[in-house]
Amino acid sequence: MTDTQTISVTVNGETASAAVPVRQNLVDFLRNTLGLTGSHVGCEHGVCGACTLEVDGAMVRGCLMLAVQADGATVTTIEGYGDRASALRAAFIDRNALQCGYCTPGMLASALEYVEGGGGADRAAIREHLSGNYCRCTGYQSIVDAVCDVIEGEGS
Amino acid sequence: MSGPLTIFDKPNSLIGKPVDRPDTKRLLQGRGKFVDDIQLPRMVHAGFVRSPVAHGRIVSIDLDEARAVPGVIAIYTGADLADHVEPYVGVLSHMAGLRSAPQMPLAVDTVRWTGEPVVMVVASSRAVAEDAAALVFVDIEDLPPATDMERALEPDAPVIHPDFGNNLAWERTVEAGDPDAAFARDDVTVVERTFRFGRHTGVTLETRASVVDYDPSEDTLTCHYSGQAPHMMQFIFAKHLGLPEENVRVISNDVGGSFGIKIHTYGDEIATAAAAKLLQRPVKFVADRLESFLTDIHARDHVVHGRIAVTREGEIAALAFDDITGIGPYSMYPRTSAIEANQILNLTGAPYALENYRANAKVVFQNKNLMCQYRAVGHPIAMAVADGLLEEAAHKIGMDVVEIRRRNLVKDDAYPCTSATGMKLDDLSHHKTLDKLIETMDYDAKRSEHAALRAQGIHRGLGLVSMIEVTNPSPMFYGIGGAPIASQDGSTIRLEAGGAIHVSSSVTEQGQGTNTILAQIAAGVFGVAMDRVKVTTGDTKTTPYGGGTWASRGAGIGGEATLQAAHALKEQVLDVAGVILQAKPEALDIVDGHITDKDGTQRMSLSDLARTVYYRGNELPSDMTPELVATRHYRVTDFPFVFTNAAMAAEIELDPDTGFVKILNFWAVEDCGRVINPKLVDEQIRGGVIQGIGGAFYEECIYSEDGQFENATMADYLVPMAFEMPDITIAHVETPTKTSVLGAKGAGEAGTGGAPAALMNAVNDALRPLGAQIHQMPMTPERILEALGTV
Repeated sequence: MTDTQTISVTVNGETASAAVPVRQNLVDFLRNTLGLTGSHVGCEHGVCGACTLEVDGAMVRGCLMLAVQADGATVTTIEGYGDRASALRAAFIDRNALQCGYCTPGMLASALEYVEGGGGADRAAIREHLSGNYCRCTGYQSIVDAVCDVIEGEGS
Repeated sequence: MSGPLTIFDKPNSLIGKPVDRPDTKRLLQGRGKFVDDIQLPRMVHAGFVRSPVAHGRIVSIDLDEARAVPGVIAIYTGADLADHVEPYVGVLSHMAGLRSAPQMPLAVDTVRWTGEPVVMVVASSRAVAEDAAALVFVDIEDLPPATDMERALEPDAPVIHPDFGNNLAWERTVEAGDPDAAFARDDVTVVERTFRFGRHTGVTLETRASVVDYDPSEDTLTCHYSGQAPHMMQFIFAKHLGLPEENVRVISNDVGGSFGIKIHTYGDEIATAAAAKLLQRPVKFVADRLESFLTDIHARDHVVHGRIAVTREGEIAALAFDDITGIGPYSMYPRTSAIEANQILNLTGAPYALENYRANAKVVFQNKNLMCQYRAVGHPIAMAVADGLLEEAAHKIGMDVVEIRRRNLVKDDAYPCTSATGMKLDDLSHHKTLDKLIETMDYDAKRSEHAALRAQGIHRGLGLVSMIEVTNPSPMFYGIGGAPIASQDGSTIRLEAGGAIHVSSSVTEQGQGTNTILAQIAAGVFGVAMDRVKVTTGDTKTTPYGGGTWASRGAGIGGEATLQAAHALKEQVLDVAGVILQAKPEALDIVDGHITDKDGTQRMSLSDLARTVYYRGNELPSDMTPELVATRHYRVTDFPFVFTNAAMAAEIELDPDTGFVKILNFWAVEDCGRVINPKLVDEQIRGGVIQGIGGAFYEECIYSEDGQFENATMADYLVPMAFEMPDITIAHVETPTKTSVLGAKGAGEAGTGGAPAALMNAVNDALRPLGAQIHQMPMTPERILEALGTV
């Protein structure tokens, strides 16, 4: 199957145009065509959350969206969060809230969504929000700690 | 034992400090370097046609349609690769009687489990490879499968390898004392139970992945490999592809989870390497999630019939059990699949002083995916059986479960000693860890609270486990059996011209923080700041020879080699400094990147010293040839393993109407010897506990009777997620192992090994007043309702 369509997307502030196979998912396009390998592929059926990234302001699963659906969209990946994620990054380092780091880009995206959405330092609510992101290495506790640290730090 | 004994007390020591992991900065910026991130010029992609049935004879393979797909570069069948790959057999010589059939990367003639690779398609993209694979027609004549491990030994069961006559791979019995006489005593209470443990698997978030490149001009093979044991894989690629070992380079950069999954030989990976050699270009294979479920090693599939006899005073008079485990159609190469059963024989009841013990294990072939070593090999079964029987016995004789442990656990001052199971034990602290656990969890208050709540119809339970964990294996494990698996590791440390140091170690990093703790050890022992240490691991071309990271050996073995190397480099540097500064080396020290007098007065920077040696050798005496690089290797001697111990407890609440269990609290007190970085160790333990919770409540590879894997997606195979998991309280007891200067044991597996036992005991504590018990994992709501008799 070789049908392709040309798309134009703004990714991390840069415009990219490419002919993509219509069946290609967004995360494969970002990783293989644009070389943005920060978003990872864990399950390819929308369960693990490793490919979570931002499209037009919403966090989506990069494996459940086709690249052609992103035509004209603004996409932000972990490589493009910049200062938005600096507090979370610092908290993740401080709390050792990652081990192998494979889930981390998606986990950080979901955590960012929670923090920017005005979520409180409520451990159960944070756990619920992050329950679409697998982490197989940590006990999740350090991730929850890191998110709480950022929220409490911003509140003070 | 040699080396300085005061390094832990020096002001510049970083051992024991919760320093941050430098690696995390990269990973949080999306700049990790995982195998699938690698794109090489002319790289092509492998996809596999896999057996759709558990057992069958390959009648014919039609490749015509697949070959016609544009972008297809090569297609290989099992017969094609048989000419290029030496078969492998997963046995160890010291496991007497263990047998397995020769294995090939792709099935030849017969398929023996659902998912076994049969045909490899190499194409311009993974998508094209999959398109073409879908057009391959493999005509398979079904053979009757032997899937049920308990029935696989019956005389009328289908025999998976006809030459063997039956499906028994291995059997071993361990016996001590006179268990029959002890069980027959009239002053003992006997508890007898059958435990069932479901198959589960590692679910590494990064699936198995390799990019293999072959350069015919030099006959070299380079494999970028998501794995834990690069030097082992170097040997395997060389031996089975017919290459000089020194021409094979294995690079394991960032590894996205491993847990034992990535220390084995998988046919699809060997086939990928063979294709790279045949095509003389890079070939990438990244397992998709379905392939992971079907072919990543599984673990834990055991049925154990266990018995314990205790006296009225709570003394264990005897412990005995029979274990049966199904390992799939082959024993996995090169570590063998009999290790898990063997560890269960070795470990069950080992925390307790008991004289009468008998254990038998039967390891059987079956038509399911292969089983082998996964995090905490055998431990969850061993601990759940011993402590499950013990807690039940305590209730039968009306004794508290803590008290019965206190009466039976080996005394903290009784070491060294040998367990009834034959394990040499030293430097353990069962009583101290149990005391700390009881204090940390406020045991008595919890018991009172639960009794009060029970009167209100709230069903809570507490369960405990006292455990040992195998860490720091010596060469008496794999090496003695002829496997290419190093139990020693090496560390090379050099002084850089700029005054920093570079550590190159044969242990590997998969997220545990190996690189960080090596840097901590080297920085403190040598005398530079943490940020002046760079670490390289995971490259057979540039690191010393060693085993990699498995069986919780990175800190204890790789860390000790690093300590010794840092000490040796320091001596070398001080020798040079003594000449330059016209001082006695023993009057000098290295602190914070400077040569100092013993009182701390700075004399010269390390950078000045290094530049003098490297660039201005004319300033040195002509008979002086300084070496500013030191290598030391270390292995555990005298002991087969360095055991750790832990005491853990779980608090759960059970809903008897739905069968759902909520984990309210989990406490873990571990003695992993010297803690190098508490921040890393604590989260290692927590992560381990979470995987243990997975085994106890969620994770199971469910097969149909005819060998179809029925839940091989992440949506259907449940793993612990953030929402259901509790916060986990960690405390430490530190009893350094005397086998090394560093004193570090391992810490990676205790949670996974111990948590299921504590959780099963907690559920049974809640079920007991309702007249029910459960001895099957995972403890799904349905199984709990079955135990309650409501479904």
